Amino acid sequence: MNTRNVVIGISSAMALLVLPTAQAEDGYAAPADWPPPMVKHHLGMVLIDRLEYALPDEGQEALVWDLQAWFGGDVNRVYLKSEGENVQGDGEDAEFESLELLYSRLIADFWELQGGVGYQGGVFSDDHAERGYGVVGLQGVMPYGIETDVVLRLSDAGDVSASIEGEYDLRLTQRLSLQPRTEIALAGSEVETFGVGEGLNSVRVGMRLGYAVTRRITPYVGAYWEKQVGDTADLSRAGGDATEDRGVVAGVRLLL
Amino acid sequence: MPGSGVIHHPLTRRQILKGGAALGLGSAAALGVRPGWADPWGRTSVYAKGAEEGPEVALAIRREALPIDGQSARPMTINGTSPGPLIRLKEGQEAVLKVTNLLDEPTSIHWHGLILPPGMDGVPGVSFAGIAPGETFTYRFPVRQNGTYWYHSHSGLQEQLGHAGPLIIDAAEREPFRYDREHVLLLTDWTFEDPMSVFRNLKTAEGYYNAKERTVADFFADVREKGFAATAEMRSMWAKMRMSSRDIADVTGSTYSYLLNGHAPQENWTALFKRGERVRLRVINGSAMSYFDVRIPGLKMTVVAADGQPVQPVPVDEFRIAVAETYDVLVAPEDDTAYTIFAESMDRSGYARATLAPREGMSAELPERRAIADRGMEAMGAHGMAGMDHGTMAGMAGERSRMSANGMLAAGTAQPGSRFGQAGIGITPGERRTLVYGDLKAFTPWPDRRAPARELELHLTGNMERYIWSFDGKTFSEMTGPLHFHHGERLRLILINDTMMEHPIHLHGMWMELENGHGELIPRKHTLNVKPGERVSALITADAEGSWAFHCHLLYHMKAGMFRVVQVS
Repeated sequence: MNTRNVVIGISSAMALLVLPTAQAEDGYAAPADWPPPMVKHHLGMVLIDRLEYALPDEGQEALVWDLQAWFGGDVNRVYLKSEGENVQGDGEDAEFESLELLYSRLIADFWELQGGVGYQGGVFSDDHAERGYGVVGLQGVMPYGIETDVVLRLSDAGDVSASIEGEYDLRLTQRLSLQPRTEIALAGSEVETFGVGEGLNSVRVGMRLGYAVTRRITPYVGAYWEKQVGDTADLSRAGGDATEDRGVVAGVRLLL
Repeated sequence: MPGSGVIHHPLTRRQILKGGAALGLGSAAALGVRPGWADPWGRTSVYAKGAEEGPEVALAIRREALPIDGQSARPMTINGTSPGPLIRLKEGQEAVLKVTNLLDEPTSIHWHGLILPPGMDGVPGVSFAGIAPGETFTYRFPVRQNGTYWYHSHSGLQEQLGHAGPLIIDAAEREPFRYDREHVLLLTDWTFEDPMSVFRNLKTAEGYYNAKERTVADFFADVREKGFAATAEMRSMWAKMRMSSRDIADVTGSTYSYLLNGHAPQENWTALFKRGERVRLRVINGSAMSYFDVRIPGLKMTVVAADGQPVQPVPVDEFRIAVAETYDVLVAPEDDTAYTIFAESMDRSGYARATLAPREGMSAELPERRAIADRGMEAMGAHGMAGMDHGTMAGMAGERSRMSANGMLAAGTAQPGSRFGQAGIGITPGERRTLVYGDLKAFTPWPDRRAPARELELHLTGNMERYIWSFDGKTFSEMTGPLHFHHGERLRLILINDTMMEHPIHLHGMWMELENGHGELIPRKHTLNVKPGERVSALITADAEGSWAFHCHLLYHMKAGMFRVVQVS
């Protein structure tokens, strides 16, 4: 619980730093009581990229989410990102794999440098082991339109981990699109509590077929395959869990 | 600021009603009577109604229910209509335009293309403080020009709500062409969405309104047509740049109803003529975001004025009108038949339409719609990937010999990198005679024939992913000072479009003489369309002391930061 408070505290301080961005002033001689000719607006959006029900071959069924929201201007923004799942029938509450509050700055046309704090653990419960961490990330679009999110995390216990996510949109029709995605997890050191081994942890590859009912609502079906390797796989095997799994998902992508 | 005044009245409902009555607003206006300029018989009609004749005009701005395209809507109205009434002034008059704000937010009116004192230009924060709710602002200025212009709100996104109208100035002396009848054709784009949500959609979801993105099917179609290697090469170039070659218009027919004189295509607004008459069509693009290609199948159009200024006649089949531009064309229908006035949006996602006919109730065939085009190599010009074609390169060697002593190109010379021979994206060269900037030639040389003493270069820049639009990579809010013109100087403004979209660049208060290669006879304009990857220049006589707006006239580009203040001192 402590960690969460710290997370919230630091983040609020960061938000305060970001929000009062400079107002429009072109420096010409206009009376002080005139309004600026162009008013700058802060905008925001919420993207629930994946809200899906997963049916794995080996593991248990789960409700999975992957969302991000931002608020801010052209260059400086505050992000809230979260991924997590609620494994069905395990008697435990949902778990945040990550809940991050980030300051984001546009550093190139297609790239944002992000930094902040994160939390991993139960969603309002003590059902799961928890830890806080600091995050540095690079989010953007690679040439050829591959949406990328590279994240480096340093936990409150000093453990380093990283993840790389990539997504690509292949447009079949104006509404139907096929989206391959991949996620690679790495760690600098073994953290048994979280099932994390040293080195390359796991690779997950997925593909989903979505139909954009509107620009904001895209239901989809998909399939994925994931494999743990090395140290991480050993930990899973020791715990009696599968190290390789595949499954199907059905869900919806929402832009709010 | 000669004689401008602000009258405050505390607003009560009764006073609003009284005020409305005093301004000559009958209940008929509130019920959506079409403005007088949209009269089917045009100006020669004895029944001409509703147009506001100068020099003294009173205008009341409201937000009210008025059906558009057969659906209920709440546009901003001017004297009860949206778009607003035609304001008709005469060259040499002292115009007195009283604008009363009956909205619950500040408003303004900018007289687009008019040369007037800086305090009368109507840009809140640059020319004046704006018009607060309940206030009447009196614009007062000498009318020193003639031609086809328009007016619109310069506050926030109000223009998108139909806060615009035509402004015609009759010439003091005979114009260099004759006509029997005239019609105003005002093109606008209307959305039932709140303009602020349109802006938010553009800012938060790239390509939100693009319903014609490339698909796998387009790839295979291209392979069949151009072969695999060429298709793969082109697609990979666009993919590498992370851009869409189908990004022709940011806001499209997926949300817009394209209107002609406030009417949707199926309403078939009709402009009447009598056989054998020569009809002057005053075409104004009062859209927020839409370029149109205008043609009247079966009729040759003779372009006689651009942006209100006379040009040597150019017979064409079609012309592209950028946002905020105006063109005057003459047509002479010989037959007792109907003709379709067809204005197709540049991205082909829709069209506005009217009928030119000898009687009411007629219609002609609608021409076949064209498919959306893909932007090609030319759009990459500014991205250093093959931009200039060989013709331009060969032209460059020739240009050197035309340089003046200070190393600058001679006045009137087209910049290397300009494409004045091309109409632009979506027009198949040679398919029909289409107007290009290279056709525009002034009737007589404009008065100031000095060579430019200096050059001012500005890049048109943007970030499509984030919907940031700017000059020289900086949005208005990132700017630290205005652009400076020295009072009385003659300068050359060079605009280099680094983006993959067209930008209609508008300078307030002063003319821009478009250097399209016609030397002494270069045309003058208030709005310059700069195509993707293009480099164009204009000569400016900085004779208007004061602060002026300078911006991209695509409403949401301006809103996103493509705006500057020019200070002449």
